[in-house]
This record gives sequence, C-alpha cells and structure tokens, in this order.
Amino acid sequence: MYEIRIHGRGGQGAVLAGGILATALVEEGKHVIAIPSFGFERRGAPVTSYLRFDDREIRQMTNIYHPNCILCIDPTVGRATNIFDGIRDDAVWVQTSSKPLGELQFPTQVATVGLCDAVSIALDIFRRSITNTIMLGAFARTTGFVSLEALKAAVHHSDFRDAGLQQNLRALERGYNETTVHHIERRAAA
Amino acid sequence: MSAVLKPKAHFIVCDGNEAAARAVTLAQVDMVAVYPITPQSSLVEYLAKFVAEGKLDAEIVDVEGEHSVLSVLHGACLAGARTYTATCGPGLAFMFEPYLRTPGMRMPLVMTIVTRDTLTPQSVWGGQQDAMSVREVGWLQIHCETVQEVLDTTIMAYKIAEHHDVMLPVNVCHDGNYLSFGATRVELPDQAEVAAFLGKRDVNWHAALDPDRPMAIDPLTGGSGGPGPALFVRYRKGQCAGMQNSLKIIEDVHAEWGRRFGRYHAPLVESYRMDDAEYAIVTIGSMTGAAKDAVDEARDRGERVGLVKVKTFRPFPVHATAQALANVKAVSVVDRSVSFGWNCGPLYQDVIAALQFAPLRPPAMSFIGGLAGADITTAHFGQVIERTAAMVKGVAPGGTVWINEND
Repeated sequence: MYEIRIHGRGGQGAVLAGGILATALVEEGKHVIAIPSFGFERRGAPVTSYLRFDDREIRQMTNIYHPNCILCIDPTVGRATNIFDGIRDDAVWVQTSSKPLGELQFPTQVATVGLCDAVSIALDIFRRSITNTIMLGAFARTTGFVSLEALKAAVHHSDFRDAGLQQNLRALERGYNETTVHHIERRAAA
Repeated sequence: MSAVLKPKAHFIVCDGNEAAARAVTLAQVDMVAVYPITPQSSLVEYLAKFVAEGKLDAEIVDVEGEHSVLSVLHGACLAGARTYTATCGPGLAFMFEPYLRTPGMRMPLVMTIVTRDTLTPQSVWGGQQDAMSVREVGWLQIHCETVQEVLDTTIMAYKIAEHHDVMLPVNVCHDGNYLSFGATRVELPDQAEVAAFLGKRDVNWHAALDPDRPMAIDPLTGGSGGPGPALFVRYRKGQCAGMQNSLKIIEDVHAEWGRRFGRYHAPLVESYRMDDAEYAIVTIGSMTGAAKDAVDEARDRGERVGLVKVKTFRPFPVHATAQALANVKAVSVVDRSVSFGWNCGPLYQDVIAALQFAPLRPPAMSFIGGLAGADITTAHFGQVIERTAAMVKGVAPGGTVWINEND
C-alpha cells in the first residue's frame, strides 16, 4: 500500500486534486481511498487530503499518519504546518516552489524531490494561483505511478467545462513537463 | 480481476454522498424533499444536479426546514410516490415530530442519515450519536461500511421498506466525513437491472390519499374506553411485527442482491475470521475496515481473534449476534457514540443484552471512539484487541474505555 498526503490551502483544490488522482489511479487499475481532511473550508487556510492506493482492496477509512509521499501544492503552507510529519523512509516530496533544491529544507527521510514552479504556471494559465492540476502533472513526472494520459482522462471525468477543461489539461501537461526531479544521495545515517 | 468480468464503464470513483445520490437515482424515486446540512449537503446537491440533468425524473422540493422535509414526503408517500431524503445531526433533531409519525403510519420512506455527532459541544464532524439517539423510534436502521455498500444498501432499502411484511421507513446510515467524503472505486449497477430487482412500486396499498379510495388517515386512537386501548395495542404490535419480519426480509433482499449483482453484503451481522476465534471485537460502520486490518495483524502474531460487524442495528439482530459470539471467551464492543444512561456505548448495551441468549456469558468491555470526527486507527484497534485478549487470560473487564482520550 502506498500513502500520499496532499497539503495545500483552501481554494487551491487540494481536495479535488485527491479526487482526480484517485480517478486516474483507478483508471490504471489500482484500488484507491481518498479522504479529505475535515473542517470548515476557508480560502487560504491549510488543507490536507489523504490518498492511499494498492493493487488489492483497501479497507482502512482513516487519515494517513505515515505517508510515503508528500504532495504539497502551496509554496508557503509548510510554514503553517509540518508537512513532513510522520513521513516514512525513502519518501517522495513533490513541492511547488520557484527556488532551487539547495535553498529548500527537508528531512533526511526524503529520497526523491520533484520541484515545479506551479504558482508561475498557474498565474500564466488561470491568472490565479490554483495549482492543483499542475501539481498532479508534477506528481506523475516525479513518481511515475500514474500516466499523464490517465490524469487527462480523469480531468475529462471531472466537472470542468469548455475553457476550464482546456486550461486544466494544459496545466497537467505543463506541470508534467516543467518539473525537475532530484534523487537525493542518502546522507550518512549517523 | 473484476474488470475482466464487467465492462470498465461500470466503475466510477465517488464518495459516499454521491453513491447514495446515484442509488436514489437508480431507484427512480418520484419525490425528494431536501434541506442541506453538513456533512449531508453534497448528497442533496448531487440529487438536484441529477434532476437538473434529466437523469432522475423526480420532483425535488427545497423546503424551509427538516420538519417540512418529512411532512412533504408523508403526503407524497400517501399519494403513492417512492420518496427519499437525507439529513443528519441538528436536521434530524428538527424533523423529530414527523419522524416519530412515519413508522406508525407504515410509510416505506428511505432516508439517509449521514451520521454526525450531536450538539453540544459545537461540532460539525462525524459520529453516530444522531442515529443512536433515534434508535427506539421504529425506523429500521442499517449502517454501511464502504462506499459500495452505501450505494447497494440504499437501493436495497426500498425493497425492504416496501415489502408488505415490513412497510416501515428505513434509515441507511453512512459515517459523516469518512464515508460521506471518502472516495473509492464503485461499481454502478445497470439501471434496467435495478428496476427489475426493485419491481413495481406499491407504496400506498394500505393507507392512501386517493379520491377513489376515501379513508381517514391516522385517526385519533387510544384512551381508556371503547375500542381505544385494543386498537392502539393492535397498531403498536403491528409495528413491532413489521420490525421483526424485516430481519428475514433484509436477509432475503441481500441474498437476491448478491445473486443479481454479484456482491454479497452480510445483511444483519458479518463474521470475520470468527471460525476458530477465541475472542472477538464488535464494530459498526466505516470503522470496520481498520478493525479488520488490526485483526489480520493480530492473527499474523498467532492471536485467535475475530470480528463481528453489526450492519442492521434496528431491529437489533439479537439471535444472529448471539450466534456469532456463541463460542468466544471475551468480547469488546467499539461504539462511535455514547449511551449517557449507561455510561457505555449503545451497541455495547445491545450486544451484552443479546449475549443473554448465548450459551456462554463471556466478559465484555465497552470502547468508545471516533467521536466528533476523531479517527479510530488500526493501532487503536490493536489496543482493543490486546485488552480483549487480557480478559481471556482472566483480567477482569474494566469500565468504558474512551479510545481518543489521549490523542
């Protein structure tokens, strides 16, 4: 079983991202459970959403405490919450950021980092910093768990219409193409 | 695996609220009355959408409050319509007066309770306190474990409610937040197959608002003179008989669902790894998945533990529960709500009462967790299992344990 925790802020679509990713993973033949964190939706407030997938049926309908992957679709939410809380060894971190890897801090458990300047791309495509579909593209590029085609199909299944649909398909593609993936050398354990 | 058997188009990814709305659409209801409330809101929003898109040919009435929701549906039901609504928590409280009348009028309404903890302290999160607070009103109450079960059970609920031996309203309950907003892969049954399964609606054959069959509905009954006392008892006994009849109908309907659609859900109680179990935990609702994983982990360590999940909570499956727990030496019951009168969980109360009918009278303990949106994790269930194993070794059962007390 593989567990992903999505961090964002209210209004960026972290919960919808979980739903689209779940649909894409099912498209790829996986079993999935996606659960948003529970609270009042407020624009700008930290939002968390959980997703686990597996080749076999998943029974746990619970939050995720020890994720294999952090998908963070906001550049600053890491200042408000500890997005790395409880992460497992060899974790994957997919982060929206305009900074180079050397300027970012992350714990030693992180083995793979995918960086994408999703805010700039979002401002370009949507004129607003809605980063969710861009960062799904970044997730696909970084992990390879889901194909760009499956994500596109999932976006088609979502309730986007006309221009919104085209924008989000472009967002996926740009997120996928404009992500740099870094494999971190394991630092000495002691 | 299942994709080989069924065409891929039948699978969708959706949460429990959408699953319930799709089930209602597949059941081709005639009348829906709604008042949105968290965490039920998206369910009735989906229904409004399906009506707007022409997928559901039903009258949808957005009324001014839950009391009116159920009153509107009473009229529709007496006029012969298949009816639906959903609510939770404070909404359920506000509809209590017509809610009380519904079973006595023998109306086969189906209503989802997207369970929510009750006020106060202020909370908008999940918990089964709302459903448990209305457990003795005369509605059937069925609790779901998965999103697929929400969809399947909501359709089955119509066949159960409308059965002539039952003719009672049904609450299909799914846990607020976890099932209402938790999304998984779901198999959608075919519309024509659902129509064939449900058959022709026959809702108001006994009591009707119908100019061709003029009759008084719900006349004054009771008192201490004339035919009053006997007549009142006759009505009450009829309700109780309908409840008891439903136990068999629920089993039959689940069996038929399995034959037609290939998904066999345990109708009353589900026994999981109980064959050689020395002790057991009892669960209800969406917590069960994590509990089953905990049972598997304990089994891997050599523990002989099993699980009994109660799906049908009202009427309580007394004998099915006693039978499921007939051979164990200790029982723990995990509730997502509180019985204030007994300082334990309401499911625990019913289970220990049912154990009266079991050959052994094993020691039992009450665990309460998951209140107001709190998580009950596999690790929590691990602790429940450990405490239950201790009872087998002779440690006396303790008082109620509040699972999230130190979280």
